[in-house]
Amino acid sequence: MPEVDLGVTPLRELNAALHRLTPETNERHWVIDHPAGRHAIAAGLNVPVTIEINGPVGYYCAGMNKYATVLINGSAGVGVAENMMSGFVHVTGDASQSAGATGRGGLLRIDGNASSRCGISMKGIDIVVKGSVGHMSAFMAQAGNLVVFGDAGDSLGDSIYEARLFVRGSVKSLGADCVEKEMRDEHKRAIHQVLTQAGFDGEVDPSEFKRYGSARRLYHFHVDHAEEY
Amino acid sequence: MCGIVGLFLKDPALEPELGRLTAGMLATMSDRGPDSAGFAVYAAGQPGQTKLTVRSTSPLAAEELSVAVEAAFSGVQTVLHDTHVVISIPDQEIEALIKWLEREVPEAEIVGRGTRMEIFKEVGLPSSVAQRFGLATMSGTHAIGHTRMATESAVTTDGAHPYSTGTDQCLVHNGSLSNHNNLRRELKREGLHFETENDTEVAAGYLTWRMREGLSLGDALKVGLDDLDGFYTFVVGTENGFGVLRDGIACKPAVMAETDQYVAFGSEYRVLATLPGIEHARVWEPEPATVYFWER
Amino acid sequence: MDATPRTTPRKSATFDDYSLSEIRRAAESGIYDIRGAGAKRKVPHFDDLLFLGASMSRYPLEGYREKCATDLWLGTRFARKPIHIKIPITIAGMSFGSLSAQAKEALGRGASIMGTSTTTGDGGMTEEERGHSEILVYQLLPSRYGMNPDDLRRADAIEIVVGQGAKPGGGGMLLGQKITERVAEMRTLPVGIDQRSACRHPDWTGPDDLEIKIEELREITDWEKPIYIKVGASRPYYDTALAVKSGADVIVLDGMQGGTAATQEVFIEHVGLPILGAIRPAVQALQDLDMHRKVQLIVSGGIRNGADVAKALALGADAVSIGSAALAALGDNDPHWEHEYAKLGTTAGAYDDWHEGRDPAGISTQDPELGARLHPEVTGRRLANYLSVMTLEAQTIARACGKSHVRNLEPEDLVALTVEAAAMAKVPLAGTDWIPGSKSSW
Repeated sequence: MPEVDLGVTPLRELNAALHRLTPETNERHWVIDHPAGRHAIAAGLNVPVTIEINGPVGYYCAGMNKYATVLINGSAGVGVAENMMSGFVHVTGDASQSAGATGRGGLLRIDGNASSRCGISMKGIDIVVKGSVGHMSAFMAQAGNLVVFGDAGDSLGDSIYEARLFVRGSVKSLGADCVEKEMRDEHKRAIHQVLTQAGFDGEVDPSEFKRYGSARRLYHFHVDHAEEY
Repeated sequence: MCGIVGLFLKDPALEPELGRLTAGMLATMSDRGPDSAGFAVYAAGQPGQTKLTVRSTSPLAAEELSVAVEAAFSGVQTVLHDTHVVISIPDQEIEALIKWLEREVPEAEIVGRGTRMEIFKEVGLPSSVAQRFGLATMSGTHAIGHTRMATESAVTTDGAHPYSTGTDQCLVHNGSLSNHNNLRRELKREGLHFETENDTEVAAGYLTWRMREGLSLGDALKVGLDDLDGFYTFVVGTENGFGVLRDGIACKPAVMAETDQYVAFGSEYRVLATLPGIEHARVWEPEPATVYFWER
Repeated sequence: MDATPRTTPRKSATFDDYSLSEIRRAAESGIYDIRGAGAKRKVPHFDDLLFLGASMSRYPLEGYREKCATDLWLGTRFARKPIHIKIPITIAGMSFGSLSAQAKEALGRGASIMGTSTTTGDGGMTEEERGHSEILVYQLLPSRYGMNPDDLRRADAIEIVVGQGAKPGGGGMLLGQKITERVAEMRTLPVGIDQRSACRHPDWTGPDDLEIKIEELREITDWEKPIYIKVGASRPYYDTALAVKSGADVIVLDGMQGGTAATQEVFIEHVGLPILGAIRPAVQALQDLDMHRKVQLIVSGGIRNGADVAKALALGADAVSIGSAALAALGDNDPHWEHEYAKLGTTAGAYDDWHEGRDPAGISTQDPELGARLHPEVTGRRLANYLSVMTLEAQTIARACGKSHVRNLEPEDLVALTVEAAAMAKVPLAGTDWIPGSKSSW
């Protein structure tokens, strides 16, 4: 089980070593110490290994992650798991802006709060936030599920496409073309599925969530909606 | 584009460490701003005395200025810091000193004025700027600092932050205003003077003007949200504390940390990583369009 | 009775035919006019510059026998694998989605024959393009449609798009008629809807945060790939300086004549600078930072022939990029299709409703029948021919100026025909030694 101290080993060396791993590697569990808020830690992983990071990370941790499991025991900076393709990223602390931005697959779990623009432009990633999310979350969200146990800030789902937003707490305001929608059994099942994958085991009742999504009025330009563009 | 740091000490026992901690924070922000750096330290003041921080064109010129001031005014104390001189003078003589400086040393610039505030800023990498001024040895109750990557104006000391907005007040900024040229013209008509084309200087002037018209700093920042257009994170230093404001869109980064000993601000978490007790601090990001203040 | 004498009917220069027709169109539809291509109105351009050939003090090189080299390296600042192109002309970013698959393939073929690069666009990388382009630059745009680390790693360079000349400050636009199943799948959008686009990147704003983003891209690709930053010509001095400070290897500067697949007409015609006015400030910024030639500068926007190439290089650019011209070489706006242009209410040379996806030439369309009209091998060959001619023309001019490498062209080889061009390019008015405004700060 390789253990790397970022106070000693340059980040470039660590990332290069991680990129050299093959799917058949024996080094399946890495521990990274003293990240001290550095950027791009474990970015571009593409093998099904586990990386455990002890401490707070800077921007773009686990950026473009594919197949890997990244556990961040601390808080994460801007763009954690940005453009993730697959795999699992778990932040035990808070996440800064643009968490899961443009993510195309995989699962991002944040135990603390996520700041503004959580799930911006998401394209298939699933995001679970135990705390609350900040303003402009799910901006232009195209696909995937955002599940928030706490509250959502202003302009949730502004200019949203087909992503599904589930919020248990209050929503400060909804963005352009984002509306509350009916919660049906299929949606509760979807929440349950995402939560199970994220490691929850019945602690949370899917029926406590409200669903938000696109009213689809902006799909074809019409002058009467000009102000919403 | 830039890096901002701020440190407000709740625990007096940390006051001798203020400079050292701030210097560490500033050095981390080099990447965001390699062009120039500056900081304001709120050190001990003396009742009845005002401190003026004056920036000269060279360390030699600063020395000469210091000698000349001491000769011209009795009861004055000067402390040399590289190109800057901190002049401490009885309150009743401050106007005379300012007039004297304008007449005798017009090329020198008054960068700060107050009971406790001292401002230092120069072109160069943040760590060398901090070293030149001996930041690591300074003590005080709070400090704000800035590292600059010049966007639309030139890389000169004139463009460096903090900008003073009034007695014991100063401003640092990360972001880019979009209507500062119009605002500058309006403020000039109101009698304010500007030395640079810099947008932050306009923001500082705007706040000064609003307070001159009777608003508190907090209210000036609030109405600033409507009048100042663009992207900004502001950190302002006041005699007793510091304030933080992000614009309504809040794209530019801002991270804060609080413990029993301090409240700290950084453009990135990395800035805060070396502070004592950071592992147990409450860390959060300020909300957009919300004025925050910490004061003793 | 004699009729009262009348004056000759006179149209207004301000309310001309075009303006009046646009007012009527706006009144009818309630929506702004959307079209493709770049700025169409006349602006100062390379035609206003002339070269000073060899004479008593300067001696020319013999054509063909005496070498005039044209190659260059891109990405030498930080990339472990800089790229080498044989001619100083690259193909600009244009998306699959705005262009047909056949057009993208043709561009790849033609560029590869000549040893230069093509660039992906707002839809991501297609297999055809990677397969047919020997050197492929992969764009990172605000939308991030199709973005993935595998394509990042199989690209030869990465181009971060801050903006483009046609719409500095605007995002991509693709209307429903071109969002076919394949396009929709690549972009994760519902079929047939109008694509709304972000104009800012989702996870960074400003050069200080861009610096961190570039660091991430380098880490993901193990520092192999040259990283370009593309901006629309706006504040070229500061934009170039900031791109350097953010850590770019290459800067791509696109003037207002640069084309787009679709955006608002007002954006194209009224925002941005002609490329002629943007090159000197950009070069000055590089020189002030001691980065000229170390960070390469590629300029685009209305490059049409070898003279334009030579002039851009003389002003200090390292290379040029072509978009509209490349499409013209493939057959865009060819009078051959005049009867079809007439049916679309336009004429050859004026056709710019590319967003409608009904291009008779099969280039800016997703319609399979129209696309089939474009034969990638044949048109790829045409592009290669055109690139070859441009290169030969540039070499001809360079040789006449005594240069053994086109990069040795310099501003002193140029004069201007108009005061505007002289001021913008900072070269003297022909026959004089006067450069208007030569006391300005850069």
